[in-house]
Amino acid sequence: MFTLTHPFLLAVGTLTRREIVRFLRQRNRVVGALATPLAFWFMIGSGVGSSFGSGTGAGKATDATAYLHYFFPGTLLLIILFTAIFSTISIIEDRREGFLQGVLAAPIPRAAFVLAKLLGGTLLAFGQCLLIYLIALNFGLPFSIPACFLFTGTVFVLGLSLTALGYLIAWPLDSTQGFHAIMNLFLMPMWFLSGALFPLAGSARWLQYLGQANPLTYGLALIRQALEPGLALPANCPPALLSGGVTLGFAALLLWAAIEITNRLSVRNP
Amino acid sequence: MPLASSALSDPILSCTDVGYTFKTRGGRRALDAVSFSVNKGEIFGVLGPNGSGKTTLFRLLSTLVPLSEGAVRLAGFDYPGDVAEARRHFGIVFQSPSLDKKLTVAENLSTHGHLYGLHGAELRDRIDALLERFALTSRRRDAVETLSGGLQRRVEVAKSLVPQPALLILDEPSTGLDPVARRELWDYLRALRRSEGLTILMTTHFLDEAEWCDRLLVLDRGRRVALDTPEALKRAVSGTVLTLRTKTPDAASFIDRIAAEFRLTPVLRGEETLELELPAATSPEAERDLLNGLLRRYRPQIAGLELAAPSLENVFARLTGRAFDSVESADEAAPDETQNG
Repeated sequence: MFTLTHPFLLAVGTLTRREIVRFLRQRNRVVGALATPLAFWFMIGSGVGSSFGSGTGAGKATDATAYLHYFFPGTLLLIILFTAIFSTISIIEDRREGFLQGVLAAPIPRAAFVLAKLLGGTLLAFGQCLLIYLIALNFGLPFSIPACFLFTGTVFVLGLSLTALGYLIAWPLDSTQGFHAIMNLFLMPMWFLSGALFPLAGSARWLQYLGQANPLTYGLALIRQALEPGLALPANCPPALLSGGVTLGFAALLLWAAIEITNRLSVRNP
Repeated sequence: MPLASSALSDPILSCTDVGYTFKTRGGRRALDAVSFSVNKGEIFGVLGPNGSGKTTLFRLLSTLVPLSEGAVRLAGFDYPGDVAEARRHFGIVFQSPSLDKKLTVAENLSTHGHLYGLHGAELRDRIDALLERFALTSRRRDAVETLSGGLQRRVEVAKSLVPQPALLILDEPSTGLDPVARRELWDYLRALRRSEGLTILMTTHFLDEAEWCDRLLVLDRGRRVALDTPEALKRAVSGTVLTLRTKTPDAASFIDRIAAEFRLTPVLRGEETLELELPAATSPEAERDLLNGLLRRYRPQIAGLELAAPSLENVFARLTGRAFDSVESADEAAPDETQNG
């Protein structure tokens, strides 16, 4: 099955495959990763949208559907975030169950393990987003090839960033409880402040600053743009070039940091 | 069984003055200038109670913890210089299982093979042969989490042998196994040594298991206290050992009385157990008199009386001045949080 026989690629390939197989064998993870964001989308989108009362629903669109439309890119970002979190939590499990020891004692560079972990999480997030993208296309989302490229590219790079971020948080930890604490304190606010839930433009000044400093804001802007008809730049979004640069830079930095931290720390055992 | 002397000239693993100091926990010395070498085809045991440094030694040998003191040479490759090359030549069985429980038996083996650059038909054949040898063929498609502890350990060993290592290192492989599974594991290890000329190094704190090794390195508080065959170690403890078990947990109260009446020095080995080491020169008649004397005097209080050749337990007590199982360490953990370069 593997035509990639270079030892490094072989190792990355087999470990990535393991991530995906593990995911598919844990049905609760599959359900959780798909159903939670969709439920969020419908519940928050419908609930909050209808209570906004100041929507700009044109034609026969109600405020609720306008907000659903606004919230859709945020849902995709949430899916990526959830998948990233779940896939990196498994580092803590790997260490506790001991799988990591065998990998670290093998004659492969540690970067292979890092890349596989990140690729595994990224591919899972990518697959989920693609699925939902296809569903949305079916429900009338306008399709164009450039938009599809922008969408898939952004989702992939964001997936890599967020799994790398999760990896950086999980690597030094020894309990999943610790991870949940950091997730609630750090990752979820990052999502809130990306403009996923509400436009930051109309909010308090300090929130706007935080939003501008948040790299996810730029990734979300790209997704938002990819979902607009004719790749129109939505209101209050940073320019596409800036968004692309920040998103790519963020991914590169985190990838480098994840490899670096793995090379520095030796394995912790139970 | 000791090896032919020709093999002695060519150690597969040699350690010289290996030491380790914990960076945390007040800089405790975990290993202190330990030197030994392991010959091709031998089953080499590292025996010591918890906290003796054997797990630290294992971590250093397995390259999970970087070597900072001393030198290690494995199959012609030096740590830490050629560590990547050296890693190709040993298989490791960790104390905490390193299998992925969600993957099947065969998937675990093939993943491991890929990490060592094996693939295709070569890897498939190797996996088939190992599954066959370890009687796992019928379970190859089962998820590891559905296997019993003994079977999981067998998969673990099979996995570590996928890259055809010259040396297999095992960290307390019998921990958590019932006696049947333990014996079975040993049968497999011995068979591998016979058929593939595999060299095996294992740490253990089971004294009976240690007896099955060809040679034993005895560690205590980070120091090498002995290195020899189990037989030679036991010869160092002269004579025979008399073990006396009392019906009530007050064995200590007998020490002074027995010492006074029989001119021996009993050693307390537990609340209900006393041990008397008889000098080598003790005649059978003297032994009989002693047994008779003890029975006459204490029959109602005695639950058991055993006269036996010295065990490794006695050897350890002799070497360190302490009973093997009384060495309760305040700190049995191995290095874990060390910075790696």
